[in-house]
Amino acid sequence: MDEILLQVLNGLDKGGAYALIALGLTLTFGTLGVVNFAHGALFMLGAFCAVSVQQVLTISERVKDESITFFDAYKEVPYLEIWWGDFGSMIIDYSVPISIFVSIPIMLLIGVAIERGLIKHFYKRTHAEQILVTFGLAIVIQEIVKGFFGANPIPTPAPDIVSGSAPVGTWLGLSENLVYPYWRMIYLLFAAVVIFGVFAFLRFTTFGMVVRAGMADRETVGLLGINVQRRFTIVFGLAAVVAGLAGVMYTPILPPDYHIGMDFLVLSFVVVVVGGMGSLEGAVLAGFLLGILQSFASMNEVKQIIPGIDQIIIYLVAVVVLLVRPRGLLGREGVMED
Amino acid sequence: MSNILEISNVNKTFGGLHALSEINLKIEEGKIHAIIGPNGAGKSTLLNCCIGRLIPDTGSVMFNGHDMIGMEPYDINHAGMVRVFQTPEIFPDLTLLENTMIPALAKRDGTFKFNPFAVLSKENEIRDHAMSVLADVGLDRFADQHAGSISRGDKRRLELAMGLIQEPALLLLDEPTAGMARHDTNRTIDLLKKIKERGMTKIIIEHDMHVVFSLADTISVLAQGRIIATGTPDEIKNNPKVKEAYLGEEAEDE
Amino acid sequence: MKDLFKSNMAIMIAFTAVVMTAPIWLAPIGASYPDLLQKFAIFGVFAIGFNILFGLTGYLSFGHAAFLGVGSYTAVWSFKLLSMNVLPAIIFAVIVSGVFSLLIGYISLRRSGIYFSILTLAFAQMSYSLAYSVLTPITNGETGLQLTLKDPRVIDGMVGIPVTDSLPSTNFFGIGMSGYSGFYFCAVFLVIAFYVSLKIFRSPYGMKLRAIKSNQTRMRYTGFNTRPYLLSAFVISGMFAGLAGSLMAVTDPLAGAERMQWTASGEVVLMTILGGMGTLIGPLLGVGIIKYFENIFSALNEAALHEIFNFLPTGLENIMVVISSPFVGEGWHLTLGALFMIVVIFLPGGLMEGFSRLSRMFGKSDNEVSEDVVSETQGKAEGEK
Repeated sequence: MDEILLQVLNGLDKGGAYALIALGLTLTFGTLGVVNFAHGALFMLGAFCAVSVQQVLTISERVKDESITFFDAYKEVPYLEIWWGDFGSMIIDYSVPISIFVSIPIMLLIGVAIERGLIKHFYKRTHAEQILVTFGLAIVIQEIVKGFFGANPIPTPAPDIVSGSAPVGTWLGLSENLVYPYWRMIYLLFAAVVIFGVFAFLRFTTFGMVVRAGMADRETVGLLGINVQRRFTIVFGLAAVVAGLAGVMYTPILPPDYHIGMDFLVLSFVVVVVGGMGSLEGAVLAGFLLGILQSFASMNEVKQIIPGIDQIIIYLVAVVVLLVRPRGLLGREGVMED
Repeated sequence: MSNILEISNVNKTFGGLHALSEINLKIEEGKIHAIIGPNGAGKSTLLNCCIGRLIPDTGSVMFNGHDMIGMEPYDINHAGMVRVFQTPEIFPDLTLLENTMIPALAKRDGTFKFNPFAVLSKENEIRDHAMSVLADVGLDRFADQHAGSISRGDKRRLELAMGLIQEPALLLLDEPTAGMARHDTNRTIDLLKKIKERGMTKIIIEHDMHVVFSLADTISVLAQGRIIATGTPDEIKNNPKVKEAYLGEEAEDE
Repeated sequence: MKDLFKSNMAIMIAFTAVVMTAPIWLAPIGASYPDLLQKFAIFGVFAIGFNILFGLTGYLSFGHAAFLGVGSYTAVWSFKLLSMNVLPAIIFAVIVSGVFSLLIGYISLRRSGIYFSILTLAFAQMSYSLAYSVLTPITNGETGLQLTLKDPRVIDGMVGIPVTDSLPSTNFFGIGMSGYSGFYFCAVFLVIAFYVSLKIFRSPYGMKLRAIKSNQTRMRYTGFNTRPYLLSAFVISGMFAGLAGSLMAVTDPLAGAERMQWTASGEVVLMTILGGMGTLIGPLLGVGIIKYFENIFSALNEAALHEIFNFLPTGLENIMVVISSPFVGEGWHLTLGALFMIVVIFLPGGLMEGFSRLSRMFGKSDNEVSEDVVSETQGKAEGEK
């Protein structure tokens, strides 16, 4: 029972990441009709926003280390600590949550820039060309990040206060040994909040209503004289922000490096396909389901029956879904069904 | 004269809309059978049910004694039923000659033939046949142009050529002269008459009454998903129900 | 001159001559050493095969790197189990990759367009994951599959080839496969591959594939069952990939999982597109250019850049070095990605499209001009639906 609950939690928080990324991807595909292979790169850029914030906050000065007496030793002390002492340390400690606020405008800007500069020229071009040009973009982004930050993963820890594990078992009246990292639960909550935020935005604002109408029938919306173009830009920016946020908060869980974008890209398409291309609810549902599925597949008991199943389970599911029910779990019939 | 096509008891609904209701139609071999009717009557839907693009809810489509419902489109094509599309569905990246050669190759090679080592430039018989059909529709001087760049009217003529070259037992034409200028229309009428002499059966959906009355041996009138009359051109001209179907619609619009 | 190139014979003679004399005419630009020449030939085979699928039918597959990998692994296993002679290695590699691509193609082609691409993506990642961590007895995971002294090499044993203290090298009935002989061996396959693609392009089968790309639905209503056409093209291109993989192992007997990643498929896509997809020589042009510049660019470092820009005044020289350094050395991938984007955005037909546009600009006679103008305006006036 413990094990199962653990895996469910594990799956949920991983699934949260999948759901967020898939959400952004579905927004782009469902509204703009564009297949965006650079979406994983947006996730990565969000993560590196967090990295940058951390690096900026910890700009340091070499100071003599008084605690070592038998030779002259120096240590790096961040300016923030020098100027503001304990308060400064606290700011540095909270660099990841601070990054959330920094990343939103940055990702929005990046998203808008990409849409205005590149994507909008590809609305009328074939999906293959969209895939190819965004694939190229993903490589360029990836290489730029690698150029600035190097090839190694950069640890970006969560704030101290939440870096331990919560005694989940005790809370639920189960075994005392059942613990789960605080941060991962926070991530799950955060993902849920963002998802609700996006859905609320789409449901309760006029802008959101237009977007949903556009997702259902783009041509008619255009014919109604609504300036779809400007909305497209904002939607793409929104998708970029969502992907970026997913990335920012994920950094304590997985130290980011330059190729996590590509790593998550295939996964995100698989999730979207399982959920149903063009269905936002489907993307979210599929994200969580696949996260949980992958977690269970990585249980030792399961791996003993079918070794390596955790690596390939998601792809197997995608293959089965694409063959048996190409519209996905919640997709509309006829969307891209060839 | 036998019936080459027998449509029995065909119904098709889309959601709440009854597109086709209790369609019973017999097409005699060797004749030109026109289907007319006001817009939205279900004419294209009927054609689609014949060639496999739509599956009717009930009924059967018996072509030379075999039920075509549920068959793959390519098998229906080889059985002898070929459709000329109303909205041209040509191959835009290929030349007109290539566009016309493809259906000819389909007829000769069947649904699949793996012949990567055959030489295209030596397919003289196919090429000559394609050129002569293009000449019949008046497009031979564009033979080497890309089909995507010709006018819409020319594309419709290309469509016709692509259908004719397969010399099907039954040719289904969906508004073949729509959007054509007068001389093109006449030319098409002459062409279709010429081919009728060769024995090809044709079903024609048309709005242009001049075309209908020049060509048709039999006319069926479709209105609101039902066949309200079938008969010779004279019979149809004088049929009160037909007049009501057409004029009645116009009165409603006012 | 144009009529001359209508004859297959003429083209093949010209092509073979160009390929076989490559060490000579590539020398002046520093591209004539064996390693690079081998890469040209091997990736040329890969790209030609990929072009048969992508160029003719328009189906974009990310899985072909997996077939490359399968070819490599099979070849190395042949070296280990059977013989260092490359013939069985190549034969088995092509067969196994053919079967593998038949399987994957059969499933993936049940969908088209972007669904097809995602399916191949999923399969590519699956293959990579399996090769990396699950099927390690076969693939030796991260380290890669290599030759060892303890390999049985049954056939070699039967034929009486002596076991030595050092690792044996690949050979074609005694002829070593390193250096120039390795290149010439691969070049033979390049010529064969080119001939096959030439025949396919100029056959009714090839025209039908192009028609499928142009309007697949129409093909089905015209009487063609498109599935076997697509599957056969897929398998053919998969076998070419397997062949290329085996040639990689022939010239360097090891096989690694990273060759199977879907991003590795991206490289061959780039080459095909850069040169001009759907044309005969386009992909080869793409291979040549990419591999040549990869060679040059990735070797450049700051010192070399300074040497190149030496002729400029010092300030300007430093600026040029700063601007260009992210694009060289490790940054070669950045250049590749940027190039990729530029080609897709501005010249989707690749270099071949560029050439034909140029030749039309310069080579027009008056008659040609007026005909083009007439038909273009006619088309515009009557409008497109």
